[in-house]
This record gives sequence, structure tokens and C-alpha cells, in this order.
Amino acid sequence: MAIVKNDSVIEQEWITVEAEDDLPSSDENLIVPLARFKEQRDDLLGRNGGLGVLLNPGDAPEDLAGDLDRLSIITVNFPAYTDGRGYSYGRVLRERMGFKGELRAIGDVLRDQILLMHRCGFDSYDLKVDGETALTKVRAALKEMSVYYQPTGDGRATALSLRERRRAAMEQKAS
Amino acid sequence: MYRYDDFDRQLVQERTEQFREQVKRRLSGDITEEQFRPLRLMNGVYLQLHAYMLRVAVPYGTLRCDQLRELGGIARKYDKGYGHFTTRQNIQYNWPKLDEIPDALLDLANVEMHAIQTSGNCIRNTTTDQYAGAAADEIEDPRPYCELIRQWSTFHPEFTYLPRKFKIAVTGSPNDRAAVKVHDIGLRMHYNDAGETGFEVIVGGGLGRTPFVGKTVRDFIGKNDLFSYLEAILRVYNRFGRRDNKYKARIKILVHELGVEEVQRLVEEEWAQIKDGSLKVGDAEIARYIEQFAPPAFEALSDDDADFERHKSESRAFSNWVRSNVIEHKQPGYAIANVSLKPIGGIPGDATDTQMELVADLSEKYSFGDVRVTHEQNLVLPHVKKADLFAVWTALEGAGLGTANLGYVTDIIACPGLDYCALATARSIPLSQRISERFGDLDRQHDIGELKIKISGCINACGHHHVGHIGILGLDKRGKEFYQITLGGDASQDASIGKIVGAGFSEAEVVDAIESLVTKYIDIRDGGERFIDTYRRVGMDPFKEVLYGDR
Repeated sequence: MAIVKNDSVIEQEWITVEAEDDLPSSDENLIVPLARFKEQRDDLLGRNGGLGVLLNPGDAPEDLAGDLDRLSIITVNFPAYTDGRGYSYGRVLRERMGFKGELRAIGDVLRDQILLMHRCGFDSYDLKVDGETALTKVRAALKEMSVYYQPTGDGRATALSLRERRRAAMEQKAS
Repeated sequence: MYRYDDFDRQLVQERTEQFREQVKRRLSGDITEEQFRPLRLMNGVYLQLHAYMLRVAVPYGTLRCDQLRELGGIARKYDKGYGHFTTRQNIQYNWPKLDEIPDALLDLANVEMHAIQTSGNCIRNTTTDQYAGAAADEIEDPRPYCELIRQWSTFHPEFTYLPRKFKIAVTGSPNDRAAVKVHDIGLRMHYNDAGETGFEVIVGGGLGRTPFVGKTVRDFIGKNDLFSYLEAILRVYNRFGRRDNKYKARIKILVHELGVEEVQRLVEEEWAQIKDGSLKVGDAEIARYIEQFAPPAFEALSDDDADFERHKSESRAFSNWVRSNVIEHKQPGYAIANVSLKPIGGIPGDATDTQMELVADLSEKYSFGDVRVTHEQNLVLPHVKKADLFAVWTALEGAGLGTANLGYVTDIIACPGLDYCALATARSIPLSQRISERFGDLDRQHDIGELKIKISGCINACGHHHVGHIGILGLDKRGKEFYQITLGGDASQDASIGKIVGAGFSEAEVVDAIESLVTKYIDIRDGGERFIDTYRRVGMDPFKEVLYGDR
């Protein structure tokens, strides 16, 4: 297991608890499933440690509206790589709700999906391989393609915008 | 016609290289077949009964002559000298070797083609009217919008792992030749009250084991807003479509279970939040795409051509072909020539390498280098001068491509069936061949008139049997093939799903059963009524009786 973020392997600094688990001490950084966050919101926000929320497929990221500033991390679970709901959650969180914290893909996270995840706003990836392998995979995946048709919130220039820019430059040159 | 620019070219080249690496990893044993599967599927490579199959995308069914020539070349180089045109306006090769597929993809990339998203649970190749830009009844050429949809949907990062595959069809004509009502999204161009053109948006149509005619979620969406609206529909589907059961995962089930009003509410709510975002496409941008599909340099001609008329009166075979296969063009003096891939007794949709090359040559010489693939598995030369039709027909006839049966009983849609497909429960091709032979006589076909027979070799309905005037579904009963007949299906603007007549027939009986239905129709039809019109007038009973008597 290794987590890659910002072109490096990072430490796991978060404890994820399930619905029924006891909460760790108040100083620990804690991630809870969305349902538990909704139930125990005030208690959880009152703890000392960092707080994050885990979204499973079927959850509504909209439920976190109003609390995003208090969350340092949101993990989105891809139980199987074929379950693509998390891509929509990523875009909704980043592009619509303006989430600025860490957005981590967990679960069945494979090399061939990482670029898509990145385009949908994810900035960290929890892979089931050792650190060096994980870093190599993420690096390779992120530079596999260089042309993008869809505008997302990832800041990459689309083919459409590059075409426009080129056209403008040529018109300027001609005049 | 649309030409790739450097961005499009680079994207396809990068993809080709990526797949070459993936094949290398597979062949060296680095990855298992199971791990390789999703990767190959995203590149149109299926594993069939006997071999890998490569499905190549023909975006909105439009080909340039050099592209069709290359498709012929690929058939010769990597296959057994033929290819199979599909109901999704694509082409499939049935016998490529895995280690050679990257080379085939490179050859395709060199003519601006690829196999991207011809499989997998993603947005598939967008289909449209095969007569786009040529049809006399068209409001506007739909292809500029299809090309914009192609780009928007290619490697869409959010919509590559949808609950299930997703198909979009567009028609620019009120006479729907793209079957838009039986697609996940159907777009029908029309005018709003202000006289602007835009699209009716139909959602949740589909065939397969649970056929539905799509329902309208929005009567009119302006062109600038089309792409944000599509994105809204796809996001709703991606988030809320069922994933617990593969057979209930298409958007048609979501529409069926939630009701169209609720789906509409979700889509409109989503759309309200993104409609003014970066997916809004400006008029100038749309105009650039319309320019790409500008009409070719037609000559100003009289609509009547004396030589054409003379050839018709001199050659009965030619005039028969004109009668069935030639369709009115919007430009005076020109015509749309359909090339039938349904020779009597042949395999529907198959074309050999040299046939493809011949049609490519004819299109270059006579049709501004433009060729179309139809969802009914034929080819089209869309812009032929009437004066050239005789020369075109003579050349086609010499290559076995001059069959005069467009829309007739032998113009059968059939899926590959158990001869190739790993999912099939029965054979489709031999049955279509037998029906074709039974009704091969041209005078008889003329007499029967328009009659669409569609054959699927399993419940997945790739042969569109639900929307055949006569549909045939091949099933397996204790190791024996048998065939269920449906009547009254229609894929046009009057779309309807066919109804099962009764118990199925054995392979030996089914051709006779079809003949009985046709004979009954001829007995009871009113004047120039088509089979489907008669069925709609008299209903199922007279046909049922002729098949089963009192049974």
C-alpha cells in the first residue's frame, strides 16, 4: 500500500473508522464515512485532530455543503474500478462545491484510471503496491496523453481552447 | 468532411502507442487476460468464439475514399480478406491476430481512424442519418454536431466507467433514418417557435432484453447548450443508474423505474448548475464545424438527364436498381446511390477487400470522395450525378454490389450470431441467407414492397429484431436452435417495439413461417399499403392465425 500525492509518496496520516468502530483519541486525524459524519457531526467537528469524510458509491457529496471548510481530506472509494460514480463526486466537490482540501481515491485504484481521476479533481491515490512502483505508475499514467477535449476543473487546456488561442495568434500576426 | 488537425492526430497516435505497450505487457505475461480485458475493450478488441475481433469506429458513418480504401487494405493484411459493417455504422474484422492489432491501429491512425470506445461502458460512436448533407428532406446537416459530440465524448474522464454502454444518435431530418428513439439519447433536429434549429432530446430508448421507445425529456435544446445538456444527462446517469445488475444498468431502466418526469427533474436541476459553464459552445465555434461539412462543389445541373433516362429505358436491371437503391438528392441533377451489401444468399454487411477498394474508387471518381455506412449494413455514395449513375451501377454490378433490394425483404439486418459471437444462442447468418434465397426473385420483392426483416442471434438484440417489421430472435431450447417471430416493430419516427406472435419455430420451419406471413399480407393489403401499415390496420390476429391456425 502506498499513497502518491504531488509527485511523491506520502505517509498515511489518517485513521479511517467504520460506522460502528470506536473513535480514537481526540488528537488523531480521523476519517469517517459520510453517514456517520451526518449522525455525529457536532461531536466530530469538536475533536482536536484533523477530520475527513469517506464517500462510498451512492453517497451524495452535496450532503457536505457547508462543512467543506472544516474537512482536510475527502476519500472517495472505488470498490471496483468499473464503478465510476466517484468521478462525478470528484468533479462536483471540486468544480461545484469548491472543495480545496485533499481528494484521495481509494479502493480499486489502478494505473489506467489515474489520469481520469486527476482530470476529475483527485490529487492523491492510494495504490495497492509498494511506494516506488506506485510512484512510477502514477507518473507514467499522468503523462500518457497530452490532448484533452473536455473542459474540467483540472486546469488542463482543452484542444478547443488551444485551437482558439492559435487562431487568435495567427489573426494578430496577419493584422 | 471533417479533417483531423494536429490535436486530433496526436491524441490518436498517443492512444495507439499506449495500446501497443499494453499488448506488449499482455504478450510477455506481465498482465493476465483478465487485467488486459478492460484495456483491449476500450480499444475495440473483443475475444469472440474463435478469435479476437477488432471493431473500428466509423464516426457518424462517414468515410472518405482513402479511409475506405485503407479498410479494404486492413481486411487483406490482417484479416481473411473481408470485413463486416455493423448496425452501429462501424466495421468489424473477425480474424486479426493480437500481436498484429497495434499495427492495424497504426494503419488506421494514418488515415485518421481508430477503434476507441467501440466497446466498454462508455459513450460509444455517435450515429446519424447516412444521407446527412445529401437528403432532400433534411433540415440541417447533423454531422457538425456529431463531430462535436465525438470530441466531447472521447476519453471523457467522468464518463468512461458508466453503469453500462451509452449510445447517442442524431437525426437532422424529420424522417428518422438513425433510429433515434431506440438509443440511450436520441437527438431530433427541429425548429422552435422563434424559427431557430435545435434538438428534441429523447432519453431511455433501447433494444436488448428490455426494449423501450425513448421518452422526451426536453422538447427543444438550443445548439449552444447541447453539450452541457448532454453532460447533465450523463452525470445523472453515472450517479444514479443501477450498477447492481448488468441487465438493468442501461439508462432506459432508470427512466422506466424513476419515471421520465423524475429523470427530467434531475437532469434539469443538474443542467441549471452547468449550463453557463465552459461547455457552452459559441456560434462562431459551431460555424467552424458547419464549414468543415460544407457541401461539396456541386455543379449547377438540370434535374433531368437524357442519358440517365435512356439507360433506364434500355436496361431493366439498371432501372430496377434505380427504383430501389437510388434516392432523391437535395441538389438538382444529383442522386444518392445505395450500395447493397445484401446480395441474394449472401452474408448481410460483409464486404471483401476488393469490394471496399472498388467503392472507394467510385466515390473518389463520382461522389466527391464521400462514402457512408448505414445502420442497415449497406454503403452509400451520397453525391452522384444522375448522368454518372449508369457507370456507377455497371461497376458495382461487376463486383457483386449491384443488388437492387434496398428496403426490400432481402435487405435483412442480421447480427453475426453463433457463427462468430460468444454471446449468441443461435445462428443468424445462415437463416438470413435462406430467407434471402427464398425471396430472391426481384419481381416478387418489388411486389412485396418495403419490408424490414431483422434477425438477432440472442436476446441482446444486436440485430434490432424488436424494431423489424418482422423480427426474428434466435434462441436455444435444450441444445436446439429455435426462432421467435415478432411483428410490428419500427425504428423510424413512428418507432414501435414488435410483439411476439406465438411459440417459436425450428430452423427448418421458420422460413416457411415468414413466407406465410408475407403471403397473408399480400392477400389482405389495401392498395399501396406497406407490410407495417397493414399490420397496424388489422393487428396481430390474421397473422397469428396463418401461423398457428386454431392452435
